[in-house]
Amino acid sequence: MQPVLIAESVSKIYSNNGSSVRAVDNVSLDVKAGEFVALVGPSGSGKTTMLAVLASLLRPTLGHVRIDGYDLNDMNETERVRFRREKIGFTFQNNNLLPYLTVQENVEMMLKLNQKLDKEGRERARQLLVWLGLEDRLNALPNRLSGGQKQRVAIARSLIHNPSLVLADEPTANLDSERAYQVVKVFSDLIHEQNKAGIMVTHDLRLCVYVDKVIQMRDGKIEQVLTTRQEIDNFIACA
Amino acid sequence: MAFYLATKEVWRNRGRYFLFSLVIALITTLVLFTAALAEGLASANREYLSKLDAQLIVFQKNVDLSANASQIGESLLTSIKRIEGVETVGAIGLSSATIILSSAQQSQQDVSLIGVEPGKPGLPPVLLGRNLKTTRAREVIIDQRIAQKFDINPGDNLTIKTIQGTDEKFFTLKVVGVTDGGQQYLFRPSIFVPYRTWDEIRSQPTPSIIKPDLIFNIVAVKISAGQDTSEVANRIQSGVKDIEVTDISTAIRALPGYTAQQNTLNTQQIFTLLIGVLVIGGFFQIQMLQKVPQIGVLKAIGVSNAIVAIATVLQIVLVTTFGVALGSVVTFTLAALIPSTVPIVFNGTLVAIATTALLLIGPLGGLVTVRLAVSVEPLIALGLSS
Ligand SMILES: Nc1ncnc2c1ncn2[C@@H]1O[C@H](COP(=O)(O)OP(=O)(O)O)[C@@H](O)[C@H]1O
Ligand SMILES: [Mg+2]
Repeated sequence: MQPVLIAESVSKIYSNNGSSVRAVDNVSLDVKAGEFVALVGPSGSGKTTMLAVLASLLRPTLGHVRIDGYDLNDMNETERVRFRREKIGFTFQNNNLLPYLTVQENVEMMLKLNQKLDKEGRERARQLLVWLGLEDRLNALPNRLSGGQKQRVAIARSLIHNPSLVLADEPTANLDSERAYQVVKVFSDLIHEQNKAGIMVTHDLRLCVYVDKVIQMRDGKIEQVLTTRQEIDNFIACA
Repeated sequence: MAFYLATKEVWRNRGRYFLFSLVIALITTLVLFTAALAEGLASANREYLSKLDAQLIVFQKNVDLSANASQIGESLLTSIKRIEGVETVGAIGLSSATIILSSAQQSQQDVSLIGVEPGKPGLPPVLLGRNLKTTRAREVIIDQRIAQKFDINPGDNLTIKTIQGTDEKFFTLKVVGVTDGGQQYLFRPSIFVPYRTWDEIRSQPTPSIIKPDLIFNIVAVKISAGQDTSEVANRIQSGVKDIEVTDISTAIRALPGYTAQQNTLNTQQIFTLLIGVLVIGGFFQIQMLQKVPQIGVLKAIGVSNAIVAIATVLQIVLVTTFGVALGSVVTFTLAALIPSTVPIVFNGTLVAIATTALLLIGPLGGLVTVRLAVSVEPLIALGLSS
């Protein structure tokens, strides 16, 4: 089966006034449908930059990214914006939710944005939120939610419009470890259940118990890739 | 989508946006009142002149178009009348007097005492009773405002006081007619007497004596149909010595204080509008600065710049329109409650212009905000910048 996401020899060089930083250095990776990948590595190793390239938010200096067979390099800005709203789901570290929309509305927004909000979509959004344990918070505004609840809403939003690729940048950075486990567990379950390609950037290696592959970066390069349960469990134990 | 986001945000923060639209309402009230006051003061000053059934006014030369200082003799009147294109002329004498109804202060009224020639330009039409007929009868026609205020009717007698030399002089005049309620001149309602009566009873430095030649202040010139106003004006100017000819609007601008007052009030209005632009611009800019991270996330998840920009403009338009509407309602309610002695006049055109200007200051003040909104990069959602 063709992977949903293929990155080929991606490099990203930031250059401002003379100095240049090779934030991502010749990285290749792929993620299949139903596969949940963790991108780990020390701070400054290029994880977020790589994620931005994969999300079509940043153009790579070299290399190609293909999602569902589309080469991101071939798209102009307008096409990228459209591609993001149709094919990609996002969870960020913070500021995920619109403060003036309720939980349900925040999730439905992705459907509305894609002009696909109908009765059936509303019901799906509700069921997803119920499944995430937010049944009694559907009409709450985000400022009434705990950090973990907010991230679960963000996860619902990142999946509701049936994207191909789901991305998360340190989604648990602001949560205590118990909440972090809960959030990543439901995230992992949904990615597997809905057969999405998922990538999560994290610096909490223990959360890797829920992923199928760990890609470790250092200085912009891939240091190692762990693909078996055994390798991943050993890696966590060492951390 | 833009409409959805814009309205949801305003609605969920309605307290804040309502407070802000109160500020806009206040600015609106200020602008509309200033406009109404400007118009009210202007018309109290110029009403009589602007309603003259004439196109040109003749002043004495070198008096800077001051009707008070201007003196024109009867002989000049004849010369003006002879100029080609002049249909008729009316000599006008302008001064002031006080109507005395009783010795009580509140039953006295300062008025403009205007001497006119029966049947000539300068004499307004009457609504009630009859107009002046002779040049020397002790008759008067009065502004409807005075008639209503003191319940005076045609047939009644009216006592007026003037100052001649150092003496207060009292004259009794018979009211024969009432004109419309809009004949103010120099902020006073007007009463009209035949020209020779005016010359006898008006306030003057020395008591009236018989003069060889009658002196008027200004002459209203009515032009024959089909004649070009400025051509006739040029002909009068070159054909008659020692005079200055102007059109009515120039004469109005030369009224004491008129231009200065209008300039002051217009400047005030423009500054209020400018303040409005800054206040609205500032408010939305601060809002937007706080929302930068949120906008970044919106763009990262695939909301286009167009939607972000339209939503921003919509919000500004929404809040401004609400504020202006609220301000207008407040203004007209207040205006209805304000005593009629305050000279405020809501002129439809001016209100329309002011309202349009007010509605435009929102988007104008918001331009910077829209620019900011459009310039936010989706990358900031990830804590990166390009
Ligand atoms: N806009 C930028 N300009 C220059 N250097 C940058 C910029 N953004 C990130 N970097 C650098 O790129 C490297 C990788 O950053 P980042 O992708 O944020 O790493 P990580 O997410 O793993 O912490 C770092 O050395 C960082 O300082
Ligand atoms: Mg990072």
